[in-house]
Amino acid sequence: MAIRILRDSAGAQRAMVLAGAALVGVFVLAALLAPVLAPHGYAQLQDGGALFGSQQRPGGGHPLGTTVTGYDVLSRTLWGTRTALLVILLAVTLSLAGGVLLGLVAGYVGGRLDRVLVGVADAMYAFPSLLLAILVAIVVSQGRSSLTGGLAAAAVSVTAVFVPQYLRVVRAEVVRVKAEAFVDAARVIGAGHGRIMFRHVLRNSVRSLPVVVTVNASEAILTLAGLGFLGFGIEPNSAAEWGYDLNKAVPDVTAGIWWTAVPPGIAIVLTVLGITLIGESLNDLTDPRLRRRAA
Amino acid sequence: MPGLARYLTVRFLLIFPTVFALVTAVFFLMRLTGDPVTNALGDRLTPEQLRQRLHQAGYDRPLLVQYLEFLKGVATGDLGRTATDNRSIADLLGSYGTATLELAVYALVIALIVGLPLGRLAAYYRDRAPDVVLRLFAILAYATPVFFVGLLLKLVFSVWLDWFPVAGRASTGVQLQLAHRSSVTGIFLLDALRSGDGAAVLDVLHHAVLPSVALGLLVAGIFLRLVRTNLIGTLSAGYVTAARSRGVPERRLRDRHATRPALVPVITLLGLQVAGLLGGAVLTETTFEWKGLGFELAHYLTARDFVAVQALVAVFAVVVAVTNFLVDAVAALVDPRVRY
Repeated sequence: MAIRILRDSAGAQRAMVLAGAALVGVFVLAALLAPVLAPHGYAQLQDGGALFGSQQRPGGGHPLGTTVTGYDVLSRTLWGTRTALLVILLAVTLSLAGGVLLGLVAGYVGGRLDRVLVGVADAMYAFPSLLLAILVAIVVSQGRSSLTGGLAAAAVSVTAVFVPQYLRVVRAEVVRVKAEAFVDAARVIGAGHGRIMFRHVLRNSVRSLPVVVTVNASEAILTLAGLGFLGFGIEPNSAAEWGYDLNKAVPDVTAGIWWTAVPPGIAIVLTVLGITLIGESLNDLTDPRLRRRAA
Repeated sequence: MPGLARYLTVRFLLIFPTVFALVTAVFFLMRLTGDPVTNALGDRLTPEQLRQRLHQAGYDRPLLVQYLEFLKGVATGDLGRTATDNRSIADLLGSYGTATLELAVYALVIALIVGLPLGRLAAYYRDRAPDVVLRLFAILAYATPVFFVGLLLKLVFSVWLDWFPVAGRASTGVQLQLAHRSSVTGIFLLDALRSGDGAAVLDVLHHAVLPSVALGLLVAGIFLRLVRTNLIGTLSAGYVTAARSRGVPERRLRDRHATRPALVPVITLLGLQVAGLLGGAVLTETTFEWKGLGFELAHYLTARDFVAVQALVAVFAVVVAVTNFLVDAVAALVDPRVRY
């Protein structure tokens, strides 16, 4: 698929794809190599018996300074990529599995079941995902978060908002595909419903999913960060999380200390930017009105 | 019944099951964690005191009884009292709801002022330099969490340049002056305007700039993208080509023929954005200490007062359901294709 995107794009669009891929690549690499890249641990306060100190300016042993608690900012920003990657994987897997299955069933079975599922989906769709995340965080971890608790809260709430989106997209495709001649042909030769649904219909109904996946991934990061910013995130000694660090940086900003807020913030922006750039390009290529082919 | 009236009636009646389902879900989700008193005060009270408090608040009765009482409360507008500081939720809504409303309206105005013209510009210069820059801006506006935008604005414009205040809705003096008038709306700009005090009006606006921009940019990017895509679509539509061949000037084609139909989906999106705007308001209010419902929600979250959280989230859900109805109604009035 990646090759097709490159081949079909030109000019600014190609630059967008490449920039997006580069950003996502750096993000994934940083997540994999965090233990090697980061100068210190995410919960490390001292080195060789000497405390790092609170709100130290960038320089020396701390290229991006230290936080008010005395963590190394660069290290926590780098370790944060791991947490972000985990939440993306968890949220996307859950939403894809649930949404595609329900969309397939709703579109294929139709009738009353279809109407009920679409109705529920419409109601969920309008609900603010951050508020849902707050509720889920309370249920999952009573708001006192370990790594698993915090990840689960963000992932489950993002799933609740995105299952309806996958459902809509897949359902619309399934309804279209179901009427095609090859489905009738499969039925005539005696294929069962299960086989028709998963082999014939599903495979032809996932065209527009990649775009939704990118939005889903971005939303997972933003929701986790939002929860963290509200003080409902992951405690600093169980993992590094950008939203939590930004929450702690609010008083720093008022005092003119920039280095505790800017690095984790930039990390969120670059990651979401990379994913969104890829998503936008995919969108342009699937929407013929927006497509620009290489001459 | 004629199409429009039927559509509006059905759509209006749909609000009730939606709100019912949302409120029920919120109630049971919150009760999965136990009773609100233990959650909020469990580690501060002796078992005996706890039992007393539980009994007073009625939390030792069967869950179903509590649920029915909660539903009755929602129906009559009585949402109970907070567990930590025993304030009435209805009062809370009265005194902080207007602040959130004010912020949301400012943000929407900024989003429309920024998003619509820039979206048109991007469509006209499709795939050329201005378009690329604007699309990048739109993506950045989405990719940057609203609280990070807020912190950056604060850092640059309040702390470094000292152009705007760091936080709050008005200076202390102005706030007192506004609160002491005989009839207050709670919407500071209106109150200041009615007091006829020019300095107060300026003070209120001065405080509103950064929070509104932070929240407004979030939505502006979404409007920009939508207008751009729609306008590109209508600019190549058959009726625009037909008008062009009749000799309608290009300028008029762009500004009138293609623009109007491209704007209808903006109305629908406006409704969907209300949900995002409310979520964003919680974060923006926390960043700027803008004392609205979002700020209070964050406060009660930290205090682990889940009665308050439950009520506030339920209220947000109702607001979203009602605005979605209003938006669908407007869309149906403007565009006959939407009706049943």
